Amino acid sequence: MGSDRTPIFLCAALLLLLVVGLFIPNWLVFLFTISMAKGLVVLGLILLMRTGLVSFGQGLYYCLGGYIVGISGQHWGITDVALVFLLVVLAATLLSSILGLLLCRYREIFFAMLTMAFSMILYGILVKSEKLGSTDGFIIAQATLFGWQPEVEASGTWIFALAVIITLVALLVMHLYFRSPMGFGGEAIRENEIRVEYLGVSPRRLIYIKYVVAAVLAAFGGAITAVAAGHVDPEMAFWATSGEFVFIALLGGTLHVAAPLVGAFLIEIIRTIALDLAPYTWQMILGGSLLLIIFFLPKGLWSLLPKRREEEGL
Amino acid sequence: MSIILETRDLAKSFGAVTAAANINVTIHEGEIVGVIGSNGAGKTTFINMVTGYLKPSQGSILFRGKEMVGLSPRQVTREGICRSFQVAQLFPELSVLENMLIACSMLGGNLFNPFSPLKTKANLQAAQAALDDYLIGEYAHAPVSTLPQGVRKLLDIAMAMVGRPSLLLLDEPTSGVAIEEKFGLMDTVIKAVINSGAASLFVEHDMEIVSRYATRVIAFYDGHIIADAHTTEALNHPQVREYIIGSELHREQAEGVRYAAN
Repeated sequence: MGSDRTPIFLCAALLLLLVVGLFIPNWLVFLFTISMAKGLVVLGLILLMRTGLVSFGQGLYYCLGGYIVGISGQHWGITDVALVFLLVVLAATLLSSILGLLLCRYREIFFAMLTMAFSMILYGILVKSEKLGSTDGFIIAQATLFGWQPEVEASGTWIFALAVIITLVALLVMHLYFRSPMGFGGEAIRENEIRVEYLGVSPRRLIYIKYVVAAVLAAFGGAITAVAAGHVDPEMAFWATSGEFVFIALLGGTLHVAAPLVGAFLIEIIRTIALDLAPYTWQMILGGSLLLIIFFLPKGLWSLLPKRREEEGL
Repeated sequence: MSIILETRDLAKSFGAVTAAANINVTIHEGEIVGVIGSNGAGKTTFINMVTGYLKPSQGSILFRGKEMVGLSPRQVTREGICRSFQVAQLFPELSVLENMLIACSMLGGNLFNPFSPLKTKANLQAAQAALDDYLIGEYAHAPVSTLPQGVRKLLDIAMAMVGRPSLLLLDEPTSGVAIEEKFGLMDTVIKAVINSGAASLFVEHDMEIVSRYATRVIAFYDGHIIADAHTTEALNHPQVREYIIGSELHREQAEGVRYAAN
């Protein structure tokens, strides 16, 4: 058993990012913000993947988080980030608590397809909903914080700072979680569900809890994306968006809580460069990158780092 | 000794096939009972019913007077009945120590504390001590997938015993284990069972193992119990000699011929 340096590493890295954010161009600040938002979704996804479950429907909660932010501002007149994010958590918890009752009974491809189905149901509802902008979505009201409304030029920076703080808290909490018996319980379920049952524990109950936690993280990601982009649309719930989260999880790997952030940032960078180099065929570059990762780094980019046995998987 | 487990008219059918019928068994505290029978006789079906894996078609299972029929395996485990498996059920990609840590946390009831690390010094020491009790401490850091069969079996049993069960059911604890390791394995297990005060019921094909470790034998044939008596008496029962020991001898001889031919 060695000393756990991950919390210090996470605090240092994200505080450094916060400082760097003050000096880099706005487009890069935005890129980092979106990376953190997607990283949060993927953090929840790897929680499920470590349990042996792949969700192709995290877009459901990503979209839900975004639309709660949008609807709160446009229709309910609530723009305060603290209050809106509380609503986001409540909505994600409520929906995932209901859907989780069904999903925790399924495994493998059935789980994956059901999660995708629920996500596509939301997509279908949104594209048919004219009040919510149909396929175009809608622009959301500018967010405030405890009554303070930052200038439009500075909004990118404070939303970035907000994303850093939320991400740091989420990473620290999830790091503790992954090291706990409950965290290892996921790996136990992935390895042998029968044994877990005969150790007196309900695998379904554990999966249910993990599904709800993953949903809340995805909703946070969607909410941050909505606040940063100032716009939401049904594409957030489309299966390709959920597929991208799986892509990021494969790219970063599941070995560390910071891996989704690295994966998300790399995807954004690759996409930005690929769009610039090949505007009509950029998906091929993304696909090629994924193939290379699967062939040469099946455990993701994080596996390139030297392992400390006691921290592996934590 | 008071009765710990009692089954009454227990039966299990799979469609038209009757796997077990009229199973009336009584197990007392601290008793070590061998269960014998040829393949398909209903031994594992019986164990699966007692541990909640299979729901009986009829009959009742009373554990300390409480009805167990309808309870899930985890509820049965929580009541104090633990089991090992014919094929050891472990977490193969994790290390032996991690397997034991998980067993300790799950059976110890501290699973649902999400912010207490699993690998604390105290937990590690407790898990290592549990492994040492079963003489597998030296494998602590090896991944389970690399272990020999005998060590897997011991780990499987050691994990079941973490819950300090009142009744331990062992499904063919020596199957797949090398002949020279069988008695060492059983010595270790039975010693641990006796020290814990638990009753144990083990399914076994090897009559030497049965006669050496069981104080009582229950013999199954074609889904029914044909003998339930003191070990010597049960093994000398005419039907047991005809239907079980005879077939076991034939099986062992056939395996011996195959082994020699190879």
